[in-house]
Amino acid sequence: MLSIKNLHASIEDKQILKGINLEVKPGEVHAIMGPNGSGKSTLASVLAGREDYEVTEGSIEFLGKDLLELEAEERAREGLFLAFQYPVEIPGVSSTNFLKTALNQIREHRGLDPLDAVSFLSLMKEKIKLVEIDKSLLNRSLNEGFSGGEKKRNEIFQMAMLEPRLAVLDETDSGLDIDALKVVANGVNTLKSKDNATIVVTHYQRLLDYIVPDFVHVLYNGKIVKSGPKELALELEEKGYDWIKEAEPIH
Amino acid sequence: MTVASNSIDLHKNFVEQFGIFEKELNGKSLTDFHQTRKKAIRSFEQLGMPDRKTENYKYTPITRLLKKQFNFDYASPGIPAISKAAISELLIKGLDAYNVVLINGRFSQELSNLDITLKGLEITDFKSAYESQPDLVGSYFAKYAEFDKDPFTALNTAFSLDGTFIKVKDNLVVDKPIVIYSIAESTAANWAVQPRNLIIAGKNSQASIIENYIHHGNEAAFTNTVSEIIVDENAYIDYYKLEIHGDNAYHVGNTQVYQAGKSTFNTTTISLAGSLIRNNLNVVLDDEHCEANMHGLYLLNDRQHVDNQTMVDHRKPHSYSNELYKGILGGNSTGVFNGKIYVRQDAQKTNAFQSNKNILLSDEASINTKPQLEIWADDVKCSHGATTGQLDKEQLFYLRSRGLGEQEARSLLLYAFAIDALENVKIDVLKEYIDHHISIRLNR
Repeated sequence: MLSIKNLHASIEDKQILKGINLEVKPGEVHAIMGPNGSGKSTLASVLAGREDYEVTEGSIEFLGKDLLELEAEERAREGLFLAFQYPVEIPGVSSTNFLKTALNQIREHRGLDPLDAVSFLSLMKEKIKLVEIDKSLLNRSLNEGFSGGEKKRNEIFQMAMLEPRLAVLDETDSGLDIDALKVVANGVNTLKSKDNATIVVTHYQRLLDYIVPDFVHVLYNGKIVKSGPKELALELEEKGYDWIKEAEPIH
Repeated sequence: MTVASNSIDLHKNFVEQFGIFEKELNGKSLTDFHQTRKKAIRSFEQLGMPDRKTENYKYTPITRLLKKQFNFDYASPGIPAISKAAISELLIKGLDAYNVVLINGRFSQELSNLDITLKGLEITDFKSAYESQPDLVGSYFAKYAEFDKDPFTALNTAFSLDGTFIKVKDNLVVDKPIVIYSIAESTAANWAVQPRNLIIAGKNSQASIIENYIHHGNEAAFTNTVSEIIVDENAYIDYYKLEIHGDNAYHVGNTQVYQAGKSTFNTTTISLAGSLIRNNLNVVLDDEHCEANMHGLYLLNDRQHVDNQTMVDHRKPHSYSNELYKGILGGNSTGVFNGKIYVRQDAQKTNAFQSNKNILLSDEASINTKPQLEIWADDVKCSHGATTGQLDKEQLFYLRSRGLGEQEARSLLLYAFAIDALENVKIDVLKEYIDHHISIRLNR
């Protein structure tokens, strides 16, 4: 589904990613862990198509397409979803209207008819339950005045509505209390299927108690220095990131 | 018809025109009314046309633009032919209203739609109002719009002949909005027109008034309009000024508002079309517990220039004013916002707020914004702020990352930016009308 080969990326001439290799297949959950500044969020941003980053080397293939050739909106329509670390507040843009527009853009791209107001609302009702988001939030402007936890839930709610093939969760656990974390994890787990995949980017092992990964990758200094089964996360938690700083990069 | 070109001194030309105009009045030149006109032309002679050194017109090269473009014809203003069908195309669709139609400043009885059964509501042409009620009209006319301060107000006053007269009796709630369609018809020739409106809202009365300025035809039109609005005690007025139609329009407008105690005046000024727009909005709060809400929105493109000059004068204690102007400027457009707030020594416990926010869509667009607060009282709450920026890249990326195309995301964000300037628009049909034109503009 996703094939990242020798990915190098920089921002303002500063090299952040220095040769990432990653293969993700449908049905898999990958966790990408690493200390601050290792390049985790850069990887998420490059996948989603943030223009501030320049890819200097390497390739990304997504569902048979060259991802780097696609604009951010085209990636979304192809089925890529980024849950933002810091979802932005957009005063004046209604959450509901925005989501309806987004969903219908994606449906159009998939050759489906747009949802009318009634079907859209019933779909919303169904998905609201999944992330236990307060319905009144969706009557407000997008993320405006939302708490940190509400913003993260709203990200997962949008993900549930848009049904992506590949979801990238960028530190979705940061700033969440344990109850919110469980709700977010439950949402992700419920949406999991054999056809879609998830990349969980996180600093802490805690989230992985609730979203169980098939693979754990450790990112350090712009490279994946260690990959392994879910137990690797526990080992990291125990030994700390200093442990991997001495490790050799894998290729 | 006298042609003003670069070689002609505009100032001299106007003064000469006044002589011709005066002769055509056929003996009516001895009335009090005409004495006011004469004072006004003398003020104009003294004030002269503004140039770059004139503080209030520093960023608006109005004299240069007028010299290049226009023919003036005040002496024999006949109403150019415009059909009922053509007018109906210009009306706000679905709005049940009292419609006044002014063609080049002249009240058209035939095109207006004024079937008034409501007792105490008077909507007539300005000309017959001052002929039939000279004392009443005389006691308000030119008493508020100060012709000794602004040359365009002086000009309009000197040449004042026709326009709209509205009087709402005490305690009357007007059942429908009143729309003044002020049409500058310039299909065959350039026109310069000077409508004059007088609106008197009695004690405890309520009304919605829309001034809709429309430029019709391909030739240039210059409108120099003055509206005096008197809001008596505890009256409640919603006032809208629309500049939505006509790319080749040049507009100078002076809205002069006088509020008595406990009155409310809400205004929304929408500027979307026109080569040059200068809106002067002056609100005087002359007693306690007045409220004035002044909103404005301007969306500019190409070489458009819009200049909003606002003034709110707090003269007495316990009054409130709130001002919000928003602008989106693309192309080579230029904008000016100058917001004056005066709080007089007597006006303790005044609350006065002002905000001007702008988004520049291109490197060539520019805005000059200037808040100007002069406060003589010591127990007041006043604030002002101005921002100018670009579209927020992070917001744009967020929307695109959810599948919205770039153009769609931009329109959505710009609309969201603009929308709170419309919060005083309370008539649904009008709101849809404005919304529709904003959307067209933002999707361009």
